[in-house]
Amino acid sequence: MITDFLIQFRSETALTVLILLLLLLKITREVKNETLLQWMQLLLCGVLLLIASGPFEGHLFGSMFIATPLITLEKLILATGFLLICMLHHEWLKAHEHLIEFLILSLSSLLGMFLFISSGHLILLYLSVELITIPIAAMVNFDLEKRRSSEAAMKMILSSAFASGVLLFGLSLIYGTTGTLQLNELPAALQAQPLQIAAFLLVISAFAFKLSVVPFHLWTADVYEGAPVAVAAFLSVLSKGAVTFMLITLLYKVFYPLEAVGYPLLQILSILTVLIGNLFALRQKNLKRFLAFSSIAQMGFILASLSSYTVAGAAASVYFIIIYLFSNLTAFGIVQIVNTQNGKEHLESYRGFYKNNKFLSWALALSLFSLAGIPPTAGFFGKYFLLIAAAAREQYVFVILLALNLMISLYYYLNIIRLVFTKSPEEMETVRISQPAKLALWIGIAGTLLLGFAGNLLEHIQSIMN
Amino acid sequence: MTTPGLYHILTISTALFFIGIYGFLTRRNLITLLMCIELILNSVNLNFIAFNKYLWPEKLDGLFFTLFSIAIAAAEAAVAIAIIIHLYRNHHSVDVESAEELKY
Repeated sequence: MITDFLIQFRSETALTVLILLLLLLKITREVKNETLLQWMQLLLCGVLLLIASGPFEGHLFGSMFIATPLITLEKLILATGFLLICMLHHEWLKAHEHLIEFLILSLSSLLGMFLFISSGHLILLYLSVELITIPIAAMVNFDLEKRRSSEAAMKMILSSAFASGVLLFGLSLIYGTTGTLQLNELPAALQAQPLQIAAFLLVISAFAFKLSVVPFHLWTADVYEGAPVAVAAFLSVLSKGAVTFMLITLLYKVFYPLEAVGYPLLQILSILTVLIGNLFALRQKNLKRFLAFSSIAQMGFILASLSSYTVAGAAASVYFIIIYLFSNLTAFGIVQIVNTQNGKEHLESYRGFYKNNKFLSWALALSLFSLAGIPPTAGFFGKYFLLIAAAAREQYVFVILLALNLMISLYYYLNIIRLVFTKSPEEMETVRISQPAKLALWIGIAGTLLLGFAGNLLEHIQSIMN
Repeated sequence: MTTPGLYHILTISTALFFIGIYGFLTRRNLITLLMCIELILNSVNLNFIAFNKYLWPEKLDGLFFTLFSIAIAAAEAAVAIAIIIHLYRNHHSVDVESAEELKY
């Protein structure tokens, strides 16, 4: 019993211990930020190894908590992302006077994500959604002296509280019509009654809020612009990744009996998301806002492949999330490095960036190429598999519309690369990169270049999904 | 006089839910917005308890869910009020319209 607990609950236990240690540290003694961050990165590597120490199947607490090889892989992805964020935003974190609080909040949110993706009961699902979002709202406020940051935090907490109200109402209807809260008992109890369809719609719209899918995307750009860059990266990669993973479980296992409703719904949502995300990304002048809309558009492609309801679609989405993690974190990391140095985040201020910052320019270009989906980079393969999966139902008009949207997105990604590499009278001075950030950038570049050729990764994901 | 049944309670809770949504979309004061969210969450609690009592009385799932959701609502309100107080220090107002630096 206790060994079961220790084995399956190992990553969550480790994170909880880490959080408690940080709390104690905060009360008892002063530590220099630099040393704390180094220890943190070391301990996070330990957590990574702990998660990777083996995929164990099983469940705990009366199947409230589920562990499968797929969930272990997803936790590994999320923890890697968190470690990369800690390294890329080293400079900003080091200078922040409330570093310990920031780490406690972000680790709690990560713990929430771990519990979220392995939840097997609706109570745990709801609790962990809140454990993800409440700390993030506090983290958005972490540029304490900036007015924009507190405005963004206000928008974040109000919209996420509203979304969780909607989610709860959906869950209560599910409970009323089926009489169970256990995820593995739900599929047998769902028969597409009208009330169950209403519950499905409410739950999906709450998830769409968290994923910033189009009719529910209005908070995204404001929050990304106002929040510190590290938090924007955290939101756009980790929280979206975790919600996507859980959405896969919900759509494919729990709500499978309602597939006839889910298929057209997801298709419409994905087309809308891709189109509106692209059109708004075209006109952005601020790099953080731009990345917000680009991440909205990327979510649309993931929804498109999920709408096919095939294992290939789910596997392609997980694979794409891994690629997206490396490319998007690299892009956000560069924005952070430049922003900490001179406070610039406008697109225009990147004109002539190449002259003095060769390495950063190439890294930025690579990550944007990957986000746009241009062949040698991994983003191309990710998008390719997503579109192939979306075409599984032979709805070719849908796939052609998606492909046309890819072309629109090429314009704005390439536009930034053009700005970076053109000459300009006022070039940006050389930006200093700290050692951990440099290492993380190299990891990101390696990820964006090599992951596309790791075809057996996709096969591996597909095999553990069955 | 009939005793109240499931449908009466569901009518009240659904009405509360939509009153909450209406208030959330129309009000301009941040504290009022929080109260509207509280209305939504309480309508859900009513739902859970009613379903538990009338439809599935043999297990206590609904009741437990209500307990958890009350606790979480308190935590959420605490963080939201902290954020709103900080916003008030920066903007000297708790009106939604006063926070309008971030837009297209």
